[in-house]
Amino acid sequence: MKTGGSLSIWFFIGVCLLVNGVLIFATGIYEVAHPPESRVVLYDLHANIWWGGLLLILGLLYSLHFSPAKERARIAGKS
Amino acid sequence: MIPAFLVLASSSTLVHLSAVDLVIIVFYFALVLAIGMYLKEQANTGEDFFMAGREMTAWVAGLAFLSANLGSLELMGWAGNAYKYGILAAHWYWIGAIPAMLFLALVMMPFYHICKTHSVPGYLNLRFGQSAQTLSSISFAFMTVLMSGINMYAMAVVMKVVLGWNINVSILVSSVTVAIYVALGGLRSAIFNEVLQFFLIWAGALLIPILGLVEAGGWSGLKAKILQNLTEQHVANPGAYTHLWSTLGDFSKNPMGINWVGIVFGLGAVISMGYWTTDFLVIQRVLSAKDLRSAKLAPIIGAAFKMCVPFIVILPGLLGLALLRDPHTGSLLRLVPANLAWSDAGQAQGLHGYDEVLPLMLARYCGPGLLGLGITALIAGFMSGMAGNVSAFATVWTYDIYGALINKNASDEFKVKMGRVVTLAGVGVSILTAYLVMHAQSIMDYVQALFSFFIAPLFGTVLLGMLWKRATPAGGFWGLFAGTLSSIGMYTWVKLDPGAVRYVALSMQAQDQAQNMFRALWCCSICVVVTVVVSLMTKPKPDAELTGLVYGLTAIPHEEHVSLFHSPTFWAVVTGLAFVILQIIFW
Repeated sequence: MKTGGSLSIWFFIGVCLLVNGVLIFATGIYEVAHPPESRVVLYDLHANIWWGGLLLILGLLYSLHFSPAKERARIAGKS
Repeated sequence: MIPAFLVLASSSTLVHLSAVDLVIIVFYFALVLAIGMYLKEQANTGEDFFMAGREMTAWVAGLAFLSANLGSLELMGWAGNAYKYGILAAHWYWIGAIPAMLFLALVMMPFYHICKTHSVPGYLNLRFGQSAQTLSSISFAFMTVLMSGINMYAMAVVMKVVLGWNINVSILVSSVTVAIYVALGGLRSAIFNEVLQFFLIWAGALLIPILGLVEAGGWSGLKAKILQNLTEQHVANPGAYTHLWSTLGDFSKNPMGINWVGIVFGLGAVISMGYWTTDFLVIQRVLSAKDLRSAKLAPIIGAAFKMCVPFIVILPGLLGLALLRDPHTGSLLRLVPANLAWSDAGQAQGLHGYDEVLPLMLARYCGPGLLGLGITALIAGFMSGMAGNVSAFATVWTYDIYGALINKNASDEFKVKMGRVVTLAGVGVSILTAYLVMHAQSIMDYVQALFSFFIAPLFGTVLLGMLWKRATPAGGFWGLFAGTLSSIGMYTWVKLDPGAVRYVALSMQAQDQAQNMFRALWCCSICVVVTVVVSLMTKPKPDAELTGLVYGLTAIPHEEHVSLFHSPTFWAVVTGLAFVILQIIFW
């Protein structure tokens, strides 16, 4: 896909998911170590750990697969 | 901590953000601006700025096509409607979208794509002449900025109620951000951000139904709890809240006061077809596709994801019916209409509006981090909807109003400059509209209906234009005019004499949504009849002038060179089958 330059839209999405995943996952770990006084419903499922982890993995995969270096190589290969 | 200037009344708000939530929200704003800056260099010509260079893949165009419609008010409003009407609200995502999107892909998209129009009014100009184009473009431009402003105001009110944010700050920060990234990168920037926003909306909202179903004990547990709660509260037809079709045989057997005729013909055949096949806000995204196959696949991809949206919108509304309880008394929480909840008396009593069900469910399950992501999803929804309005407005103004009526010889370079200026002006007018609504809130009651005045007859005009070569320019214009006028007439009639609803919507029990369905059905029918009659009485265009615009006179490229799995028709059939299966499961 020509995206204008060497950055693909999927790379931006990867970075976004990665940053959000890291922040949410880290917050989840922190909450396990320091349980909050007021807790959300189903707190014991620790949704922020597994949901944050999922976003982190997806973001990492997208960021690497659509990284600027790979995108440049793809464009060079086509031309 | 939340910066002090954002806080209005944090003690009375639904949710409280932590530092990590705020970091997530700020990061989102920084990212969308960075995308706009990055894409500025790729928006130099009219085709680049207004059509994203017509080089989008099917996936990008398809996700943007859907995302432009997924505004935050769409998310919160339909979650609220699910709370109010039950699973009947899902009709607006299934029969009210899927058949129309597939019809657009397979039948109408070839004509839009082959004639290389910049807009839907532009197609009307090619097919019916300037009168129909002018009527359509002026009404579209007017309604687009008006709707954008009203959505902006409604979003700011929700942010005030949910987060305690100052209304002025919410309006200015979000609208200025949209103005910057659309003015810099044009449609390409709007589309890229819409795809990003699509992912954020799912990442932020998907957790609610997952955790909600865990708490409710699955779908069967959810149905049992809703039945029990509504029976306790003596709500009529409690069983109807979890059935899609089985209660539509009679107006009085469901909470919406509608029957299957209104849903199938009013919603499925007219309103939905009108919106998804002629509203330039969404069509513009598909027009940016790089080739005909991508242009046909894009609405099909959009349809496949649209079918899943009830999972993050309708299900939270139903979960609210089953699970929401007053945190202090433990009794069932009953949400009320927004005007009651957001009045001073309602706020004093701690009432919540229907539209707050999604934020309420968000606050129920999402702690720090996840809450920030959920709020970002709502903001992203608002911004994608607004960017859709603004970029469509800039295109219609530049090509169909300024370019057609004021300066027909404007250069391409001038049009890009005009597009940038009009983007900023469109946002400015939207902000003014938001403040106008703030001081005259009754306008909100009328504008949703006003918007529907133009969409339903437009579908009749465009459809006849594409499929019937005998339709003449005079027929097209007078059909569109008569359809619009009759819709306004029926609306006014019911406002002046509420008893008229028995004629317009066939039942005195018809609620607002049911009235919209039937009014759309009648005005589209009137548009078609007038177009046919006037066309038969006037001289048609010669066939040579209709090549590329009308069925039977347009050579549509065949698809035999692609494999089954690359064929739009194959994926349309798969999507259609999934749609039918869903109707049976939730019958």
